[in-house]
Amino acid sequence: MSGSSLEQFNIQGSNELTWNVMPLLHQIKHAMKNLLENDTNEIIDLRSIPLAPGEEDRLLEILGEGEVNAQLNALGLSDVIETQYTGVWMITHHNDENEIISRHIEITRMPDILLSQEEDISLAYDRLAESLDEE
Amino acid sequence: MMIDNKNLKDKTLGDALRSQGISRRSFLKFCAATASMMALPPSMIPAIAEALEKAKKPSVIWLSFQECTGCTESLTRAHTATIENLIFDSISLDYHHTLQAASGEAAEEARTEAMKENWGEYLLVVDGSIPTKDMGYSTIAGMSNLDMFLETAAGAAAIISVGTCAAFGGIPHANPNPTGAYSVHDIIKQYGDREVEGISPELVSNGRLADKPVITVPGCPPIPVVITGVLTHYLTFGAIPELDHLGRPKAFYGSSIHDRCYRRPFYDKGLFAETFDDEGAKKGWCLYKLGCKGPTTYNACATTKWNNGTSFPIESGHPCLGCSEPDFWDGGGFYKALSIPTVDIAGAAIYAAAGAAAAGVALGALNKNKKQKTISEHSKTTIDDLEK
Repeated sequence: MSGSSLEQFNIQGSNELTWNVMPLLHQIKHAMKNLLENDTNEIIDLRSIPLAPGEEDRLLEILGEGEVNAQLNALGLSDVIETQYTGVWMITHHNDENEIISRHIEITRMPDILLSQEEDISLAYDRLAESLDEE
Repeated sequence: MMIDNKNLKDKTLGDALRSQGISRRSFLKFCAATASMMALPPSMIPAIAEALEKAKKPSVIWLSFQECTGCTESLTRAHTATIENLIFDSISLDYHHTLQAASGEAAEEARTEAMKENWGEYLLVVDGSIPTKDMGYSTIAGMSNLDMFLETAAGAAAIISVGTCAAFGGIPHANPNPTGAYSVHDIIKQYGDREVEGISPELVSNGRLADKPVITVPGCPPIPVVITGVLTHYLTFGAIPELDHLGRPKAFYGSSIHDRCYRRPFYDKGLFAETFDDEGAKKGWCLYKLGCKGPTTYNACATTKWNNGTSFPIESGHPCLGCSEPDFWDGGGFYKALSIPTVDIAGAAIYAAAGAAAAGVALGALNKNKKQKTISEHSKTTIDDLEK
């Protein structure tokens, strides 16, 4: 997943953590400490950071995949993956054409997008109640 | 079945989405992508959700003057298809020459109807510059671009100049400017207090043109998500975003291409490509000496990127042309370096970070003078520049 763009542009041929990858990993580490000590969440929007070719792949590779891998089907697919570092989530939203529309790193116990929403539960309750009434 | 437009327009975005069966979870996803698109911090997502829930469907009138349709092409190829559809479902695009099905008198009626119904509340989007030398250079339904602009602008809540032609005059404004083309800002400066012959008095009397907020969204063309980001900001918060001295939203035009460029570390180390096929070019070094205008250009290309976030010109090995800056077409050859560094940038970067910053300021001043000089001399790109 990471090799092709690196070789193509020959920007970052070595395995050293340079450019934006290292500062981002430090930011994630600090956010994890904040989650542990103060119970505060943090979201990092990867689109707002000037990443060199291959850096996003490198970051994904380093964070890896952990115990949870959920997929939403809401206005296109979304991947909600807990990385190998517990509490660090990679959330990738796709549109209907499966193009990536945003990618966030969330440092939290549980991303909000996974929780069932009050309005949706209420509508679902009405729907179930209505179908039971019909029978 | 007749659709009650009035009721549709009174609906909030939240109502519209619910009536389409969009779940709250989908709405939250929409808000997360919207925050990213508007270059707002993710911590703003709850505020965006709350504002969008209550947002009303604004009427948008889009006027195209002396332009190449590149801006509309850019917009309609915005890659976040689902999200853009939702946004376009939640604005009422009442008039757009290229996209509307109606033609002739029916099309013009759509514009005047939308103006009457939404006087003082509609958004006016303009792409293309406005000719002033001879009104016959560009007319729509027999009406000059200038008259159509002044008439439509009078009742707009805000004006968005999309593309460098509308924002700064662009290519039509380039020397020798045969059509007397001006930007929206220039026209407003010139006609802000004046009543113009041929414009119905009731349309002009309600609004002083000079007081209209104008947002400039330059670029040739502008990045699609920057166009939709500005529209969404207005839809979400009902207000214009924070602007820089040229009227550009700071969220997208707040940093120079150079400062956000992933090749910046090469500049700081003094590693430059000297030609398009040398070792430096192959290694992806800084393109400053090949004419890159990144240091004097403010835009979001380096982070937002193009073609589904694939890359941007510098990532493809080509210098930035500076297309989101005023008079970029007249700023000297595209392949002429802004100025040859007069200090040892590598040394400055090694011995003191402040040294590099000071060098940047000095180079910036030199570049400004050079740009003025080339504009006044109307310097042309020659075959030698291309073969450099």
